[in-house]
Order: sequence, then C-alpha cells, then structure tokens
Amino acid sequence: MNITTLLILLLAGAVVTLISGDKLASRVALLFSLVAFGFSLNLLFQFNQGTDISFVSNWIDNPKVAFALKADGLSMAMVLLTTALTPLIILSSFGNNFNNSKNFYALVLLMSFAMIGTFLAADGLLYYVFWELALIPIYFIALIWGNGDTDERKKAVVKFFIYTLAGSLFMLVGFAYLYSKAGSFLLADLYKLELSDNEQFWIFFAFFLAYAIKIPIIPFHTWQAKVYQKAPTVGTMLLSGIMLKMGLYSVIRWQLPIAPNAAKEYMPILIGLSIAGVVYGSIVALRQKDLKKLLAYSSLAHVGLIAAGCYTLTVDGLNGAVYQMIAHGFVIVGLFFAAEVIFRRFETRKIKELGGIRSQASGFTSMFMILVLASVALPGTYNFVGEFTVLYSLSQVNLWFALIGGTTIILGAYYMLRMFQHTMLGETNTKVFAEVSLNETIVFVVIIGFLLFFGLYPKPITDLVNPAIKEILAVINR
Amino acid sequence: MQVLISIVSLGVFCLLAEIFNLRKLLVPITVIGLLAILGISLNLWSIDSSLDTQFSSMMTTTKFSSAFSTLFILLTIFLIAMSDDFYKDHQAKFSDFIAIKLFLLTGAIAMVSFTNLAMFFLGIEVLSISVYILAASERLNVKSNEAGMKYFLLGSFASGLILFGICLVYGATGYFDMGEIYDLSQGVGLPVWYPIGVALIIIGMLFKIAAAPFHFWAPDVYEGSPTLTTATMSTLVKVAAIATLYKLVSGFSVVLSLKVENIIVVISILSMTIGNIMALRQKNVKRMLAFSGISHAGFMLMAFLNISTAANNLLYYTFAYALAGISAFAVIIMVTKNKDNENIDNFNGLGKTSPLMVAVLTASLLSMAGIPIFSGFFAKFMLFSDTMKVGYIIVVIAGVINSIISIGYYFKLVLAMYTKDFDNNEYKPANYYTYGVVAVLSIVINIVIGIYPSLVTQLLK
Repeated sequence: MNITTLLILLLAGAVVTLISGDKLASRVALLFSLVAFGFSLNLLFQFNQGTDISFVSNWIDNPKVAFALKADGLSMAMVLLTTALTPLIILSSFGNNFNNSKNFYALVLLMSFAMIGTFLAADGLLYYVFWELALIPIYFIALIWGNGDTDERKKAVVKFFIYTLAGSLFMLVGFAYLYSKAGSFLLADLYKLELSDNEQFWIFFAFFLAYAIKIPIIPFHTWQAKVYQKAPTVGTMLLSGIMLKMGLYSVIRWQLPIAPNAAKEYMPILIGLSIAGVVYGSIVALRQKDLKKLLAYSSLAHVGLIAAGCYTLTVDGLNGAVYQMIAHGFVIVGLFFAAEVIFRRFETRKIKELGGIRSQASGFTSMFMILVLASVALPGTYNFVGEFTVLYSLSQVNLWFALIGGTTIILGAYYMLRMFQHTMLGETNTKVFAEVSLNETIVFVVIIGFLLFFGLYPKPITDLVNPAIKEILAVINR
Repeated sequence: MQVLISIVSLGVFCLLAEIFNLRKLLVPITVIGLLAILGISLNLWSIDSSLDTQFSSMMTTTKFSSAFSTLFILLTIFLIAMSDDFYKDHQAKFSDFIAIKLFLLTGAIAMVSFTNLAMFFLGIEVLSISVYILAASERLNVKSNEAGMKYFLLGSFASGLILFGICLVYGATGYFDMGEIYDLSQGVGLPVWYPIGVALIIIGMLFKIAAAPFHFWAPDVYEGSPTLTTATMSTLVKVAAIATLYKLVSGFSVVLSLKVENIIVVISILSMTIGNIMALRQKNVKRMLAFSGISHAGFMLMAFLNISTAANNLLYYTFAYALAGISAFAVIIMVTKNKDNENIDNFNGLGKTSPLMVAVLTASLLSMAGIPIFSGFFAKFMLFSDTMKVGYIIVVIAGVINSIISIGYYFKLVLAMYTKDFDNNEYKPANYYTYGVVAVLSIVINIVIGIYPSLVTQLLK
C-alpha cells in the first residue's frame, strides 16, 4: 500500500459524487473524505513504522518527468491537515443547499485531491501540475456558488485566477530553467544542483512570485479579502485553511532548498515583507465591518507571521511555521464556520447588525470564544505553540522582528475580542438565533478538541515534523 | 503516396455518389473510408519508408509526414462527421462540400510529404483553393462572399510570393528537389537571390499561418466564413501550414543563422502579443478565436528556435491546439447554428441548460490557455523548456505574459456561460447528436495526450 491509493481514492470520490446525483452528493463526498482521512491515518501509522510508502514511476520520457510521490514528516503533516479538514469542511456545509450540489462536492474532492498531490509530489513538473490543478476547482466554486453581486464576484474571482496563474507561470519558467540545468525534475536532483548566486536570485524570484501571491505576502495580497468575502464559506475554508498552506509548504520544500543563498542574502527583505503583512493585516482588520473580511485580514496577518518564520532559515522558524500552519488551518476553518453559522440565522455578516447572541445561544458563544482565544494564541491552544516558536525564531534573527511580529498577538487580541464583543454580547437581538445543530456542533467540537489536545501535548506533531525539517535544513545549509 | 491516392479516390467517389443518390450514406462511408486510410497511414509508419521514393522523388513518406498526416486525417474525420448536420440546408451541394474537404486533405498531406518544390506548390494550391471555395460556400450570405473574396485575393498574393520564391531558388540552384537544394546550400557561392527566394517562400507561408505582421486577413475571413469552414481553417489549415513551414525551413538548412533566429523571435513575440491583445476586445467568438489563432501561431513559431527538437514539439502543439479547436468549434456551431451572429452574448447562461457541452467548451478553452492535465499545458511547457535551453529567455517570458493575457478572453466566454443569465427567453441549443460526439471525443483525446504526452512525443522517435 502506498500513497497513490490516497489520491486514487479522492479522485474516485469526486467521480462517484458526480454520478451519485444532487441528493446524495454531500453524503457521498463526506463518506469518501472520511475514508480518505482514515486511510491517511493508516499511512501515518505505516510511515511511523518506517514502511516505504513512496511511489515512483516514469511518466514522460521527453522531457524526463517522473510520477514521483514521496512522503516525509512534513508532507505527512500537510496531507493529514488536508484530509482532516476536508470532511470537516464538507460537514460544515450540510446546512446549505447548493444548486447542482453534485458538481459542487465533486469539485471539493477534486481540490482536495490536487492539494494532496501538491504536498506529496517529489517531481517538479508533477508538483506544478497538481499546483495548477488545485486552482480550477476553487475558481468554479467561488464563481458559481459564491455570494454577493455577480459582477463584483466575477471581477474578484477572475483577478484571483489571473494573479495566481501569473505567479505560477513564472515558477514554471523557473522549473524549465532548472530542468535545463539538471536534466530531471526530481526533487533529489534539483537539491543537488550547484547554482550560481545570480541564477539562484532569479529562480528564487520566480518561485517567490508564485508563493507570495498564493500565501499572500504583501504587496501581492490584493486579491485575497475580496475573494474570501465573495466565495461560498466552503470555498473560503478551502482557500484559507489548506490552499494557502500550499504556498507556505512550497517555500519550505522547494524555494529555500533550491535557492538557499538567495534566501540567505535577502532574508531581511523577505522577513520584512512578511512582517509588514502582519502589521498591515492587523491594522486593516481593526476597521472591518464585515465579519468575513475581518477574518480574511486576520488570516493575512497570521500567514505573514508563518512566512516570516519560514524565511528565518532556523530550525525553530521552520518548525514553528509548520505548527502554525496546522493550527491556523484548523482555527481559521472554525472561525469562518462560525461566521457561516451566524449568517445562516441572521442572513448578514455586518458586525454592526449582530449582537446579543450570547443570551440566545450560550453553547455557540462559548465555542466561538474558544476559537477566538485560540486565534490570538492563548497558551493552552496549539496556536500558542506555533506562534511562540515562530516569534522565538524571529528573535534569534533580530529582536526587532520579534517585537513587531509580536504585535499580531496584541492587535489580534484587540480586533478579535472587539469583534466578539460586538457580535456575541450586547443587547439582545430581535432576531431569533437558534442553538447550533448537531452537525455544526461536531465541527466545532472536533476543531476545538484538536487545538486544545495538541496545545497541551504537542509532542506527536513535533516528532513527526522535526526530522523532516532538519533534513531540509541540512540541504539549505549544504 | 498510397494514402494520397486513396484519399483522392475517396473524393472522386464522393462526387460520383451524387449521381447514384447516396447522399444519406455519404458521411458514414467517407468516415469509414478515412478510418481505413488512417489505418494505412499508421501501417506505413512501422516500415520506415523514407527511402521509398516513388513518382520521380516528388514525395517521400517519413515519420514526420506520417505523423502529421495522421493528425490531418483525424481532424478531417471530425470535420466531415460534423458536415451532415451543418449542411442540412445545402442538400444540393452536400457531396461537393465533402469532396472538397477530402481534396483539402490531399493538399495538406502533399504539403508535409513533398520532396520537390513543385509538389509543395501543388499541395498548397490544392489546399488553398479548397478553402477559398469553402469560405465562400454560403452563396447568399454577403459576409461569406466577402470572406471568400478576401481570402482568395490575399491568399493568391501569398501563393504568388511563394511561386516567385520557388523560381528564385530554382534560378539559384537549378533544382526543385529539396535534397539537391540542401546539398548545394551547404556549400558556398550561391547567388544572392537564393536567400531572397527562401525568404519569399517563408513569407508566403507566414501568410498562410496568419503570423503577425501577415495576419490581417484572418479575423475577417474567420468571421465571415461558415463556422465549419472557420473550424477547418483554424485547425487543419493552420496546422498543415505550420508543419510545412517547418519542413521548408529545416529543409533549406539545418542550422539557422542568428539573423533568421532573431527574425523568428520578433515575429513570434509580435504574433503572440498582437493576437492576444486584439482578442481581448472582441465580441464575436469566431473573431476572438481568429486572434487567438494568431497568438498560437506565435507560440508555434517559438519551436523553430530549437530546430533540432522542433518537429516533436510542433507535432505535440498542433495535436493539442487542433483538438482543442475542434471541440471548441463543435460547441460553438451547436450554440450559434440558429443565430444570426456569433456574439458572446449567445453563450449567456448556457451553463444551466447544457452543462456537458459547456464543460467541453470550458475544457477546450482551458487547454488553449495552457492549464495542466489538458494537452495545451504540456505543449506550451515543452516549447518553453526547449526555448529556454537555447537561451532565448526573452521569448519565454513573452510567452508566459501572453499566456496570462490569454486567460482574459478565454475566460470571458467561460464567465458568460456560467455567471450570466439569459438575455431573453430561455434558449437551449439545437441538440445535434454529431456535434456532441465530436466535441466529447476530441476533448477526450486532448486530455488523454495531456496525461500521457509520450503517446504523441514518441511518434517521431
């Protein structure tokens, strides 16, 4: 048994969902995503036992491309993040009625398939194919099932598509150049390349465009807030929970080891840009009136910090970045879901029109509270582990970075708690807020449970990720 | 040669079928006949018959010619399969149209298998005249007449240039035979009109593939012609012309001089950019695809910068481009058949009424834009990668930027289909069975070679 089975399973899931018809689609999709999750747990077990679960086979002879999937601790962590979040995201959509739901859920599974492929691919071109493939489902999900005015949505989504494609195409050029040097796309061969500083700069820059747009790092973030707002919540969750982690993962897996000298040389600029995103996102979030937009900007701030962690090139920075990716993935999905739960009842996302939910739904309020606290990295949640490790690594590079990056916690606490206060507390709202349903509770409980459990006992993730990060750092410092 | 003769006889049979009143059976018979010819063509492949020079070395069958012939035959099968429904209102001339398409195919095959410039000229004329007729085939439509006339005037001008070029080459070398010309060109002391002749031939061919700055005829002709003819022009004719251009350029010399390469760079970038930027502003789908075809010609010219691997890349690119084109046009014909224009508004809201066809059109547009799993991606990637190898990074960057621009207009159509609502009453496109089958088949082949590019890239090994 190897990792291709996981991909086949999800692809088959997408096809079966498409055939199963609109009524059954959501359940079939949930079933497949759960099976995929179980399967990935089994893979993790095998991986920890030391079984070889990678898969390599020839794909194209000229240019020489291999169908190579390889899992190390980092990939496994990202795969598990994806397979764990996918069922949650699908379950979270059970309260919505989508037109053509068979297409919708098939696209969700297809996207999950492509993202897992991206995390596993050990061949540049294969990786690129998966990377691009992930873009198509989300484009249609946001375009067709999104909300708000059609014209505005269209503009936002097309901008998003063109931005990300533009970035990726430059990465493709980078890969083409690497291929002309190495004669192969295999990750191992690319790691061995001895590139001159000038070459490294251009390769790094080409990759940076792709990743900075995807993550997004300032000044490539302009697509983000609009798309998060306009996409259906499932799309927003997929984007913020998993897809932007593709960018961060790729920084660690591809960009840094292939062009380490450039990364070292431009480290202050890179960290500076990332931290600028932290401050910018936090400040803009302060002024947001729309719940989803506020979360979008808070997400911008958090991923800025993760990116800064990646670019420190220290063990702690990279480790912390991975922890924080996982933590942020869960917490942002939970928060967007909370926004969706509110929207289902009040039909609005304007913070001004909300309020007084606590007196009507205390259970929901407490779960929301925990998520808010997790997102501001309260000790005891897994976000604290991630954020703290990243900040610590920043302080190793330069204390100022850590100080400025630390504002994310202070400002974050301010705007998140203010948002909480305005939406949940205050006078009783005239509209009725029904208590969360069973499906909704399951999603919240799983997310909160995960964050608290690993917040108190982070060792399993640390043990999984740490060796892989050390290996990558050894390549970076070769 | 067997292939050529059998296609011609099939064409003659079509003309005779009119007399025996076999009109109803004509398309099935022709398609079966073409499939048989496809078999012959594939069979010839296994025997490497490049030494088999019949008919006074007028043409040879090489792997190159067989591979492209296979593509041409495949495209013709698709085009003829769609004819049945398309020419429903032209029963009287039906068999003529089919026969003309077959003659067009013979012209295309002659163009990729010639060894003698006389044969090359014959091929290009047979092909062009067939297309002139098809362009003007809607006798009562002013636009179709205009298209036919424009295409004829400019096309014959280009043919004139080619003929003049051939004369100069003959004057310089004393041969029509490509092999002899090649041997002579390797030596020194060819008079100055040899390069002039070669340049004239190449300019004539650039006319035919509609590369900038020789592209002005394309939008008007594409728009005015009957849609099935536009499909023929933008797939079969363009692909045949680019393959011939490759055969000519590589036949005249193996190593291109720096000057020639610089000219290719300029024409390639110019075609890509002009085609894409003009396409952004178009409202008519056929005009838009005409401009997109111009930009694709620019991409295909990129292959010439690395002439040693160009044949492979061109073959793959033409496969990807032509198959995507066929499926796109099949859907476009279906949607606009009963409309008086081909504006993008006609596609509004189709995502709801005919999801399968819309998915096929979306897929073919994504393939043209170069998104993975569709063969258009690998086509572009191989070009980029090989152009990078020879150091023309500037062309690659231009290609990348143009790929991004092209998203803008391909997606205009996609957006119209998925997000806009119907303008007036609900409209369901005429449900012609054959269009659907052709569209689905060709996009399936497109995706299959997109997932296994080796299927095509191995052909020329």
